[in-house]
Amino acid sequence: MSSLIDRELAVVNVGLDAFADAVAAAGAPVVRVQWSPPADGDPEAVAALARLVADPAVEAANRTAFAAYLEAEPVLEGIALAREAIPGMTERTILHSGPPVAWKDMAGPMQGAVIGAALLEGWAADEAGARALAGRGEIRFAPCHHHDAVGPMAGIVCPSMPVWVVRNARHGNRAYSTLNEGLGKVLRYGANSPEVLDRLRWMADKLAPALAAGLARTGPIELKPLIGRALHMGDEMHNRNVAATGLLLKRLVAGVLRSAIPAHEAAAALEFVVGNDFFFLNPGMAACKCMLDAARGVPGSSMVTTMARNGVEFGIRVSGTGDAWFTAPAPVVDGLFFSGFTRADAARDIGDSAITETAGLGGFAMAAAPAIVQFVGGTPELALANTLEMRHVTVGRNPAFTIPQLGFAGTPAGIDVRKVVDTGIRPVINTGIAHRAPGVGQVGAGLTRAPAACFAKALVALARAA
Amino acid sequence: MASATRIIRGAYRDSIALMRLSAAIAELPGVEQASLVMATPANLDLLREAGLLEGAVDARPSDVLIAVRGKGDKALAAAFDAAERGLAESAAAATGGGAPGAIAPRSAEMALAAAPRSNLALVSVPGEYAAAEATKALRLGLHVMLFSDNVPLADEIALKALARERGLLVMGPDCGTAIVNGVPLGFANVVRRGAIGCIGASGTGLQQVTCLIDRAGQGVSHAIGTGGRDLAAEVGGATTLAALAMLGADPATRVIVLVSKPPAPGVARTVLAAARVAGKPVVACFVGAEARAAPERNVHHAPTLADAARVAAALAAGRKPATSARWRAPARLPRTAAGQRYVRALYSGGTFAYEASHLLGALLGEVRSNAPVRKELALADPWASVGHTVVDLGADEFTRGRAHPMIDHRLRNERLVREAADPEVAVLLFDVVLGHGSHADPALAIAPALRAARAAAAKRRQPLALVGFVCGTAGDPQGLERQTCALAEAGVILGASNAEAVRIAAAIARGAAAGVAASTRGARKRPPRKASAARRAATRKGGKR
Repeated sequence: MSSLIDRELAVVNVGLDAFADAVAAAGAPVVRVQWSPPADGDPEAVAALARLVADPAVEAANRTAFAAYLEAEPVLEGIALAREAIPGMTERTILHSGPPVAWKDMAGPMQGAVIGAALLEGWAADEAGARALAGRGEIRFAPCHHHDAVGPMAGIVCPSMPVWVVRNARHGNRAYSTLNEGLGKVLRYGANSPEVLDRLRWMADKLAPALAAGLARTGPIELKPLIGRALHMGDEMHNRNVAATGLLLKRLVAGVLRSAIPAHEAAAALEFVVGNDFFFLNPGMAACKCMLDAARGVPGSSMVTTMARNGVEFGIRVSGTGDAWFTAPAPVVDGLFFSGFTRADAARDIGDSAITETAGLGGFAMAAAPAIVQFVGGTPELALANTLEMRHVTVGRNPAFTIPQLGFAGTPAGIDVRKVVDTGIRPVINTGIAHRAPGVGQVGAGLTRAPAACFAKALVALARAA
Repeated sequence: MASATRIIRGAYRDSIALMRLSAAIAELPGVEQASLVMATPANLDLLREAGLLEGAVDARPSDVLIAVRGKGDKALAAAFDAAERGLAESAAAATGGGAPGAIAPRSAEMALAAAPRSNLALVSVPGEYAAAEATKALRLGLHVMLFSDNVPLADEIALKALARERGLLVMGPDCGTAIVNGVPLGFANVVRRGAIGCIGASGTGLQQVTCLIDRAGQGVSHAIGTGGRDLAAEVGGATTLAALAMLGADPATRVIVLVSKPPAPGVARTVLAAARVAGKPVVACFVGAEARAAPERNVHHAPTLADAARVAAALAAGRKPATSARWRAPARLPRTAAGQRYVRALYSGGTFAYEASHLLGALLGEVRSNAPVRKELALADPWASVGHTVVDLGADEFTRGRAHPMIDHRLRNERLVREAADPEVAVLLFDVVLGHGSHADPALAIAPALRAARAAAAKRRQPLALVGFVCGTAGDPQGLERQTCALAEAGVILGASNAEAVRIAAAIARGAAAGVAASTRGARKRPPRKASAARRAATRKGGKR
């Protein structure tokens, strides 16, 4: 009790502003909380919050989960076929982005990509056949996240696709992602024309073996230092992967050239990588997944381990609530549209790529990438402000990912559902915008925020489990 | 007359900000009524009752709902524009400029991160969120003053148990006032610092005692509010006992004053036992309870708030307090006309109303009230006075969807004029509360109603006595001197305290009853009546301040 009257009173004002004025008039320090009802006033979430804020058990669990995330050492180990590498990948399985979704409910781009995958695998001869196959329930659909994988946009992975294999050298878990196809008419945006399928076949037949051979000669590549360097070179690893792609290429090029791959095929493979500024997005996402999976399953922890969207729903998973998804309708992204397209063309937010933000990159590392603001519609000040704002909803900072502009401070990482609900500050996500119709491709890019309802639901579940 | 509503999503503002903006919009040309509220179910019901809203709306508690009634679409559109501009301005003021990324704290945890030396959270959010905010603050290691009311009893018990476990103090819920280390919290007066520590379960009771201590030339070390239910059996005086221990150990505090309505008997015993071993004199004022003339060990019992301040001031000055104060009526009391008999008291302070009910009852007999000292004296309809009546206008039935009468005088003003229309009314009695949080110029706000009341009586050739008192200090933002002068000019006879104002009112009414047009006799204080157990039980349930 002495801590109240034995020293100068310093007030945190939560509510009527006039009371803070009176305190300030008396010369005492006062901080004004800009308060609004947490979780839109949902009584269950409000009660859960009161129970879990500053709870020592949650704090301890978060330290454990966050430490595991920090300790993880993702290493690019190789390239393998999905059917051989990904656990539980049966012959008629297609993995997709985001939380679980049934065929009939899938967004346009995802259905387009599924059709493309069915044609690629030879399960159907044409689009009608593919639709009928899916409609009859003869394809097993599952989220990438249920199979240690992540995929951008539609996130489609089918058995014959080559995938990056990223291993956590510290904890041993692995994560997988497909090879990036580039921009324009590509499967992840729902395109399934012959040129799209031909490119996918070439990637499996030529690109993957060339890169795998190069990687075999180079040896496993530690991805955390590579990402750290890319941040210093102006990437944020979600919408800007120019530097990281260059760094990866630099590591691979001699290996590919010295491998047994014929020179013209090696050149074609390297040309493909050179021509695709997003090439590192996929292995980067797998690295994020690999680090965050190390933090999964810590009882009581309120740290978010997954944020992902399937074009219909936005879902999160939390360390302390196991494999449960907490979902809300996926937002339509606010952003800049390529000429000829408008907001009316936009699909709802889609893709597993928000794994970058979950791992303290992407929108959370936006201060490192002032150039990105031209792409997503903003100012360098906004980039800085977004990173600083995310400090208020995260468990800590990642010293492996530093931002020169902020005095080499680590990026804010480890989203804490309690803080999101308590402050109403929603995680920021830098993302691409897909056309709502399958096969058109990317129509813009922008910023969005994770829906608040996911976090309120997760918090309530966490309080119940506590 | 047209009416319309508009919803602004996710734009939380506090109730005072919204009321201010509502009042400003209502002043616009062509606007008859305007109301900005957070779209909680309770607020939406109020708007429906007021006829400003029909049917269901798609709005959440974090949305602002603007409801306007006025002449024509143009006036409504202008009102909505002004409302949205007002909301945007308050948002801009709140977020301010500053460095990029420097944002105003959105939670107590964020505030604490920004100001790690903070030691108290002042919580005044709507009741349904108040316990949660207080819990979070306690878990973060902050002492709490919980101004909010409508907090369930079970939550209060849980909060106080958590506070005890953490070695922290919870003032409230429904704690209207406190002063800690000279810093006013909530509705508090600017009082001199000094040696008297105050503990009060009643907000206006604490305000009265601290103001009178100041006027007596003494000062206050700390004034700790406990919340109106702290001395109920279920809560067991948790905060009162913690505050007694804290002030007992505080070297700056030499005398302690304890103010509340009569506690539950068991709790009273516990609290008085603690007071006896506090190590310094304790003045106990259980408003409306039996007073004991003789001090027991170091506990002095004071029958009224004014007595408590007087005794404490004397003890702090090192004088022996006089055992009883003799009160003499002013030499000249105002005239009354034939048939004028009744006192109608309209209070903004709950404890003042309660004290007045008790004292007037002793002096005049049956006094009805919406917060009566005995159940059978409850007003059937709080909006209609009967005989001698004391109304607490701060009670829930009057404050639903309205600002407290210390801030907004309109309801009381209307009632003053209405009471004056009754030819049997001899005296209008009222309080004027100054200090932080209260109306910026209450004398100015009430003056038109006093003139109208006088005029109504004059129309039927009757005089009308206006009696009041000002609870405030020279240091208050409103200025004691300015307020008392303005009220005296308006013809108000001012007592120095509530107790004195009540006695003046009673003397006028008794003079009227005796058919004495101008009394020169002093109305002597009657010996206090013995309170029965039943009566004590009834008063305990008297409700909040």
